Amino acid sequence: MKVNLRVWRQRDAVDKGRMVSYVVEDASEDMSFLELLDVLNEKLILSGDEPVAFDHDCREGICGSCSMVVDGHPHGPEKATTVCQLHMRKFSDGATITVEPFRAGAFPVIKDLVVDRGAFDKIIQAGGYISANTGSAPEAHSTPVPKSNADRSFAAANCIGCGACVAACPNGSASLFLGAKLTHLGEMPQGQPERWERVVNMVETHDDAGFGGCTNTGACATACPKEIPLDVISQLNHDYLKATVGGRRKKA
Amino acid sequence: MATQVSDRGSAKAPASSAAAPARPKRPRIPAVLLKFVIAVSSVLLVLYLVVHMLGNLQIFFGPENIDGYAVWIRTILEPLLGNEGFVWVIRVVLTAAVVGHIWAATVLALRAKRARPVKYAAGNKVKGNYTTRTMRWGGVIVLLFIIYHILDLTTGTLNPNGEHLAVWDNVHADFAPGRWYVTIWYVIALLAIFFHLRHGLWSAVQTFGWNSNKREPILKAIATGFSGLLILGFLIVPISVTFGWI
Repeated sequence: MKVNLRVWRQRDAVDKGRMVSYVVEDASEDMSFLELLDVLNEKLILSGDEPVAFDHDCREGICGSCSMVVDGHPHGPEKATTVCQLHMRKFSDGATITVEPFRAGAFPVIKDLVVDRGAFDKIIQAGGYISANTGSAPEAHSTPVPKSNADRSFAAANCIGCGACVAACPNGSASLFLGAKLTHLGEMPQGQPERWERVVNMVETHDDAGFGGCTNTGACATACPKEIPLDVISQLNHDYLKATVGGRRKKA
Repeated sequence: MATQVSDRGSAKAPASSAAAPARPKRPRIPAVLLKFVIAVSSVLLVLYLVVHMLGNLQIFFGPENIDGYAVWIRTILEPLLGNEGFVWVIRVVLTAAVVGHIWAATVLALRAKRARPVKYAAGNKVKGNYTTRTMRWGGVIVLLFIIYHILDLTTGTLNPNGEHLAVWDNVHADFAPGRWYVTIWYVIALLAIFFHLRHGLWSAVQTFGWNSNKREPILKAIATGFSGLLILGFLIVPISVTFGWI
């Protein structure tokens, strides 16, 4: 099949960047979207051009590296799919496909389709963990967890930190990511000691990084390749208000 | 000797050292708290709307009822607050709520603009429904309507009758069949309020942290039903007057 690609090309972080059109004549409908870019890049390299830079790692939909917006949808128009799992059979022959990097002030473009998602690492460093001594961890089964809490925690822990929620949000907010991390740890007994400190620090780091505020549009949950439910943002608000207005956070 | 400045104190001092890494300017109020301001103020405004709508329905019981109602609300807590004291308390609270609501929404809208400096070439195709996308501009329409409405039926400035406490006559002069365009303007504005409330009510529940996946469809249905009934209660007055039903 033949596809017309409009790809965002940007030499480096300071380059202004522009859309460039390419035609890939010999695409197979069994290719993933990243494989299509591989084919394009092989052609570009053979003709002495600079290949299109894009992030990728596992190519099985679980690493959260691939970060691009295909036809206005983060990870492409398929529901619950990362861009590496998006297949060309989902597009019609001769289609024109626009490919851009995730757009957010907190995710500066490094090159072409590669963005710096270091802001997510900072949010995790601010509280996306539990403190435990190594070497003396107690037997996991000695701390029972009710089934419903475990299920909700697992659903939130599906988050691969890809940033599609930010890319889709009209406000450029990372609230779904925040909420997923807070729910994932907050539903577990191990997450309780740092729960109130965690939410305040993570929200502060989120706002510092330049992400916008949530207005409950739900675009994040629609775009999320791991179908993180929207109610984790309710959990985020709940925990934040309890920690601050409710005075649960005790400063040492 | 000079007093020893503690580490904590010096870290807070502005531009303490040139070698200190430049820290990004922290938004003064976290977005979650701004949303909380929006939600709390909206609760006050919605409660007021419910009372306002029920009060309006007095018009269906005749001129004495609606005019009497207007006099009565000014006498509530009269021994304590004096005549009109109660309505002024309400007006001050409502103004504070409206100012807080708009201020928080504006700060968030400006932050949202900064959070996405470059727009998508293919547009952002992941969109919420119509009501969520029109909260900001819909809100502006609602504000313009509130200003018009106060000038029309509170101060009487824009009302053809415009006599203080003569509610029946003012309303009949306002929505007379010859002034059909005023009725249409009220209907449009009330529909804008309906859309604003439909998303806003559910959104407030989410902001307070009471939403869950299971409850979401029920909460959304309640928000739609409640806003619908409320707005119908408002709509029926101008429409009934224009069509001469009362």
